Amino acid sequence: MAKPNDLVQGTLDLLILRTIAPEPMHGWAIAKRIQQISHEVLQVQQGSLYPALHRLEQQGWIRAKWAESETGRQAKFYALTAAGRKHLERETANWNRLSAAIDLVIAGA
Amino acid sequence: MRWVEKLRMQYQMFLHRGREAGRLNAELEFHLEQQIAENQAAGMSAEEARQAALRSFGNPAVLREQARESWSWNGLEALARDVRIGTRTLLRSPGFALTAILVMALGIGANVALFTLVRSVLLRPLPFANANQLVEVYEADAHGAFQDNVVAGGSYSSWRDQSGSFSQLAIKQWRDYDLSGSGNQLPEVVGAQMASWNIFPLLGVQAARGRLFTADDDQPGVNATVVLSWGLWKRRYGGDPGIVGRSILLDARSYTVIGILPAWFTWPNPSVQLWTPLYHEKSPEVMQMYVAHSFDVVGRLRPGVTLEQASGELNAMQREIRRVHPDGPVHDAVNLRPLLDAQTHGVKTGLYALLGATGCLLLIACLNIANLLVARAAARGREGAIRTALGGSRMRLLREQVVESTLLSCAGGLLGLLVADGIVHWLISTREEIPRADAIHMDWVVIAFALAAILGCGLLAGLIPALTSRDTQVLTALQESGRSHSGGRGRARLRQTLLALEVGLTVVLLIGAGLLLRSYWQLHSVNLGCATSNVLTMELHLPKSRYRTDVSRIAFFEQLTYQARALPGVADAGLSTVLPGQEARRDDVFIISEHPALAQGQVLDAQTRSVDPDYFRAMEIPIVEGRALLPSERGPDAQEVVVSQAFVRQFFPNEDPLGRHVVTDMMFGPMPLRIVGVAADTRYDVAAPPYPTIYYPLYAGGELSVMLAVRSRGDAAAMALAVQKVIARLDATLPVAHVLTMEQIVGHSTDDARFGATLLVAFAALSLLLAMVGLFGVLSFMVAQRTTEIGIRIALGAQREQIMRQMLGDGLRPALWGLVLGVATSVGVTRLIASLLYGTRPLDPAVFVVVSVTLLVVAIAACLLPAWRASRLDPMQALRTE
Repeated sequence: MAKPNDLVQGTLDLLILRTIAPEPMHGWAIAKRIQQISHEVLQVQQGSLYPALHRLEQQGWIRAKWAESETGRQAKFYALTAAGRKHLERETANWNRLSAAIDLVIAGA
Repeated sequence: MRWVEKLRMQYQMFLHRGREAGRLNAELEFHLEQQIAENQAAGMSAEEARQAALRSFGNPAVLREQARESWSWNGLEALARDVRIGTRTLLRSPGFALTAILVMALGIGANVALFTLVRSVLLRPLPFANANQLVEVYEADAHGAFQDNVVAGGSYSSWRDQSGSFSQLAIKQWRDYDLSGSGNQLPEVVGAQMASWNIFPLLGVQAARGRLFTADDDQPGVNATVVLSWGLWKRRYGGDPGIVGRSILLDARSYTVIGILPAWFTWPNPSVQLWTPLYHEKSPEVMQMYVAHSFDVVGRLRPGVTLEQASGELNAMQREIRRVHPDGPVHDAVNLRPLLDAQTHGVKTGLYALLGATGCLLLIACLNIANLLVARAAARGREGAIRTALGGSRMRLLREQVVESTLLSCAGGLLGLLVADGIVHWLISTREEIPRADAIHMDWVVIAFALAAILGCGLLAGLIPALTSRDTQVLTALQESGRSHSGGRGRARLRQTLLALEVGLTVVLLIGAGLLLRSYWQLHSVNLGCATSNVLTMELHLPKSRYRTDVSRIAFFEQLTYQARALPGVADAGLSTVLPGQEARRDDVFIISEHPALAQGQVLDAQTRSVDPDYFRAMEIPIVEGRALLPSERGPDAQEVVVSQAFVRQFFPNEDPLGRHVVTDMMFGPMPLRIVGVAADTRYDVAAPPYPTIYYPLYAGGELSVMLAVRSRGDAAAMALAVQKVIARLDATLPVAHVLTMEQIVGHSTDDARFGATLLVAFAALSLLLAMVGLFGVLSFMVAQRTTEIGIRIALGAQREQIMRQMLGDGLRPALWGLVLGVATSVGVTRLIASLLYGTRPLDPAVFVVVSVTLLVVAIAACLLPAWRASRLDPMQALRTE
């Protein structure tokens, strides 16, 4: 199982942005969602998640808001900003190009 | 905009740190709870769930730190924490902190003060537009005999009319005027400048009120005009705007005030209080002469013309002038200097030398503090080792050390700025001849320099102790038994090296101080050749308008000395145009009638003084041959002169001068004057050998300005009032100037040397004290370190004297190295202050020897106590301290 620590920093950012694109989520939910969708392959550790979230917040791609969670406790929800959405599109395109190129090399070198 | 958001977030984070930290905690706790809930839902018990969650969570503290590290103010927070801890640590040892701060304050204060002086006097440009185009022009001798001679009026006219390198050339001369009139204010003597009308346009100065000179004012015979300085206008006329257009009396003649200069204009120095047009004051004949040198010339180069080009052009012009006028003292070369350089030339070396000395002092202060910090680090070696073992980074420890030393230097620096302010004010008030003294103040460059000095010192003093702490020593430090002075040999060696450097610098300062002190002593003991104790002097200028005839002047002089002598307490009184020790002032060329004609271009030069018959007796200058002048030789009958011994040595080496004749065109016309006596040599300057002098009869009646010398039986200064009353009785509107005793005049000429020597001696003494304290500290440290070893040796039978000698040797080793280092450096460096020395060579062996001996004695004294204590160790006690 590939550990998320093997991922480059930028890739984790991309995952987080993609995950919260549909709706705002708190940190726990983001980690769970990534785990779910990747069929348990990618498990984001808290040690990587929160620093990444705070970095993204600083760079202005995401915005944080405190709200009531499903359990009734207060939690910090992160949502995409307009700039973040644009960044997500750019990074997705980059990622697609990059992975396609790697696939080509591995398949037909 | 992204960066706006970012900035806003950083701002919020900074202000609401506590709240944000709380929220971060809440966020992480929430995550933890969710994980626990999930674990429980997966089937674990509450306890297992919690432990599993915690395990997967990792160290929350590290997590929190990592999250917070992404926040930008983490660095600031860490710095604030270090500062807090540093302050607490320093407060716990107040003695050390106070000493260090004082030492720093002194070092930084002295440096900032000197730098303020250097910056304001030497480095800051003159307050004129395009000041780098301004030059001062001197006449010179192509053979190098004269370098910066004053200019003749004729030369100036030629340059002005023919030169293409200058957009403007102006000429000026200093002059003292008797200012009187207007109300019941006392008459006073004011310093003034006579200048050509274009001096103010050349400099780029506008009038603050009224107007400045035009070409029409600068003619002989027109209405006399004068421009006042701002200072004089405020002081004497109360800033009354109505003074413009009114007349004032200068030398009893009426001058119309046409304008006031702006407040910032204090060129060439603040003592110039008014300006008059030169061509109006001087006769046209003088202004055409090539042989009478007495003026300063200032020029503004045309844009694009360099100094070298202008110099070449003027030199060619002057050579041509010499070719056309081969006789007499006509110069054949020209020397150009930038105006700023001309003004500061004399003090440049001295100021830079002082700056070097204060730099040394600051370095010594830093080394001292570094030494002290190393000692402290040694005492806290175990603490550092434990912290390193627990995971603290070396950078952290280093940062703490540097913050601590920077705190010390900041505190010291702030105090030092106050000290610097005081020093600058003191320097300006005691040293009148510092040029541009009005421009001296601390500006941003000085503050920046001070900050740089503070930070530099802090870093230096903080990093040096860090050199000794290495990770590999952690184990050794932990293993060492709990002696409070553990520190290893590395530290001791470092301290010894620092001490050797300190001693070296101290030696350099000591040698410099010794050389300057010796110079001053030589100067001080120079005999001027006349009476100097209990002699009061003052300067008088008779106004030409009230003393038109020689008879009236002679009458005044005669009455003056007669009545002065009649005062109780006065032994004698005499008059001369220039007194010994007042520096060259006036010299002239002459020919000796009985000698063969001079070769073309050759001139004979001697200093000229006009004296009354009582002068030699009053000033106790012996007449070695012939006689002094007689009172009967007056007016047109005054045809006799007295010469000095130097004159005889140079011009009559093998013959008797009595009865020979000299002819001095400038002063007496073509009439030959008979030499009737030879007076003993006097010096015009303490630092120069006696110069040939001709004493003319004052009673010829041609002079208007004289110095009165009154020799009293008791204290000379007490006679001042009585003498001034005598003068007032003779002429109520005649002011006197420069009332000084001869000792003060002599003092003036040794002032520079004495001041420099005093300062440097103070610095050297201070650094010697610091070095001594350092030696004491280091040896005590080493003894404490080796207590066990010494105890064992004594127990095994070593003699106490042996121990003492050995400890003494160990302690003296850095001192000896420092001495060698210092002497070697001095040999190279004292060359630079050679121009400040008088009668002392830069490598004067006496000074070097005395300094070495002094240092050794002081070093031995400093090391004696610890060494003695080492020899007195009780071996049982020593072995028991574990």
